[in-house]
Amino acid sequence: MSEANITPVLMPKWGLSMSEGVLVDWLVDEGAEITVGDEIMEVETDKIASAVEAADAGILRRRVGDAGETYPVRALLGVLAPPDVSDDDIDAYIAAYEVPEDEDDDEAAAAAYEFADTAAGRLRYASRGDDGPALVLIHGFGGDLDNWLFNIDALAERARVYAFDLPGHGQSVKAIEDPSLAGLTGALQAFLDTVEVNSAHLVGHSMGAAVAARLACDAPERVQSLTLIGAAGLGPEINADYIDGFVGAESRRELKPVLFNLFADSELVNRSMVDDLLKYKRIDGVQEALSSLATELFPGGTQSAQLTGDIDASGLNTLVIWGSDDAVIPAAHAQALGNASIEIIDGAGHMVQMEKASAVNALILAHIE
Amino acid sequence: MARNLSMKDAINEALDQEMSRDPTVIVMGEDIVGGSGSPGEDDAWGGVLGVTKGLHAKHGDRLMDTPLSESAYIGAAVGASTCGLRPVAELMFLDFMGVCFDQIFNQAAKFRYMFGGKAETPVTIRAMVGAGFRAAAQHSQMLTPLFTHIPGLKVVCPSNAYDAKGLLIQSIRDNDPVIFCEHKALYASETDVPEESYTVPFGEANIVREGSDATIVGYGLMVHRASEAAETLAGEGIQCEIVDLRTLSPIDTDSIVESVENTGRLVCVDEANPRCSIASDVAATVSQEAFSSLKAAPQLVTAPHTPVPFSPALEDLYIPSAEAIADAVRKTMAP
Repeated sequence: MSEANITPVLMPKWGLSMSEGVLVDWLVDEGAEITVGDEIMEVETDKIASAVEAADAGILRRRVGDAGETYPVRALLGVLAPPDVSDDDIDAYIAAYEVPEDEDDDEAAAAAYEFADTAAGRLRYASRGDDGPALVLIHGFGGDLDNWLFNIDALAERARVYAFDLPGHGQSVKAIEDPSLAGLTGALQAFLDTVEVNSAHLVGHSMGAAVAARLACDAPERVQSLTLIGAAGLGPEINADYIDGFVGAESRRELKPVLFNLFADSELVNRSMVDDLLKYKRIDGVQEALSSLATELFPGGTQSAQLTGDIDASGLNTLVIWGSDDAVIPAAHAQALGNASIEIIDGAGHMVQMEKASAVNALILAHIE
Repeated sequence: MARNLSMKDAINEALDQEMSRDPTVIVMGEDIVGGSGSPGEDDAWGGVLGVTKGLHAKHGDRLMDTPLSESAYIGAAVGASTCGLRPVAELMFLDFMGVCFDQIFNQAAKFRYMFGGKAETPVTIRAMVGAGFRAAAQHSQMLTPLFTHIPGLKVVCPSNAYDAKGLLIQSIRDNDPVIFCEHKALYASETDVPEESYTVPFGEANIVREGSDATIVGYGLMVHRASEAAETLAGEGIQCEIVDLRTLSPIDTDSIVESVENTGRLVCVDEANPRCSIASDVAATVSQEAFSSLKAAPQLVTAPHTPVPFSPALEDLYIPSAEAIADAVRKTMAP
């Protein structure tokens, strides 16, 4: 009967390729009272390292996983239970716990990424969640849908979430017919048409935020709410060294220091992240796509698109989220809109949705309620 | 979109995509189509191990079977490259290079220099390298050092399917002669390979594994042996960094030196014979440029100074093993 009160702490699954992770360290002691959102442990995969935040509240009765060891996804790492649950019951729970079988790999992979043949070309996307309103995630310059690694599943609890690769990015078509904000906005619209979403909550990051805002102003009937994260389009300044460095870097040694600009914690920039981005940048057409977008959107180290007036005039329900330590677009731009909820998250950089995923997810979910 | 592809199929795809993209790309070699005049399907063979299979059906006479005369068709490929084509010549086994030395060393490698930079020689010569195929002394050598010795040649030797496709496309687009070495024991090895065309730049090594205790530098099949050794050593608490050179000319000295500056220990692995090898070259460079970082003498793990034996038992001993690499690393760790 006590089993109902026992809550497992599991190895998370971040993204489609993750099968195991290293429990780098515990951040809480046995006996600690845990509330939802507390950072309880540090986990690292070959792609990324991050603190894991508690999804459930309770007392950490047992640390099952050992620091430094590797565990499969959904392995039991700890046990939460109230004080009245006996140690014997907890032992029995741990002994009886089995890691759930993974879904068939091919099936999981097939369901993971899909491709939509749109008016803007073939676009890769992922969709999650069956119920609730549609919510579309739009990544930034040089990014892809995996920038939403820590968000997509959490948001899918209460929305039908789509994340897609803009043209010129990720695994979408590399040729951008119209490498401008209007062109990218057209691609977003074409994507919505193809996946038959009439109107959606839009969540955009950086350049993707400008794309979301542009669509919201041009076609307000298609947009239920706007969330702008580390957004482009709200002021003239942008880190030209980052843009030029990202476009120009041809080697690991050139690219790595450029990527430090993206995170408050530069330790997050690992070999796998640098390698994956280099592999993307080497594909035919990518260099042209990035160069032409940079020339159009960020000429001479400033942002060409200024959307504050249009967003204010639209009267849209807008949430602005920024990392306090954003080194690409200054957090001061968060104050540019006349009528928006503004959330500055301390200790996070430009990739705030990755660095402080739980906080960002909670803000987005509250905003779309 | 990426999918799992063997190195053989990745090379085939690189040729296919470059032939589709650029009409000046042609492919020539012995039996690469299947033997003109032979009955049945024209490209029944696609080369001695089937790497060019299927390309003739798509690209027709831009692939041609040549007579069994390396000096003739390598010379023809070099000449064609100076006149506006981008030939890819398949030399079957790098061991056969001896009969066309002049065309490569004295002609292709010298044109840019001797014509004051006005001549370009965008020819790619593909050939199989390496032992382990029970193909005896004349079909198994790792002759890469012969080519790195010659200024004017670029020398490439991929360790996996992703690099093979990107490096071959880069070789074809490059305006200098490239010797593209394919390890026959790696043709079946698979990695994720994007469907799109892409290039892997020359002179940029790949850090296959990060570690703080010792640097292992290698290329081709040896990268896999080094990875096995690193796995074993990790169990002993020794963390190895593996540098896959990918291209031997140009060579990424910066990445090697940077790694040794972090680890202080160097093991150079080479399937070539030891004298004047890639391994000895890397050891010399590091001794000169990072001497003060070294905590131990660099170790070389190479084939012995003998021909490749035909006896399977001896051939297996000839190729540097993971155990030999691990032993060499332990030697650098000894107090």
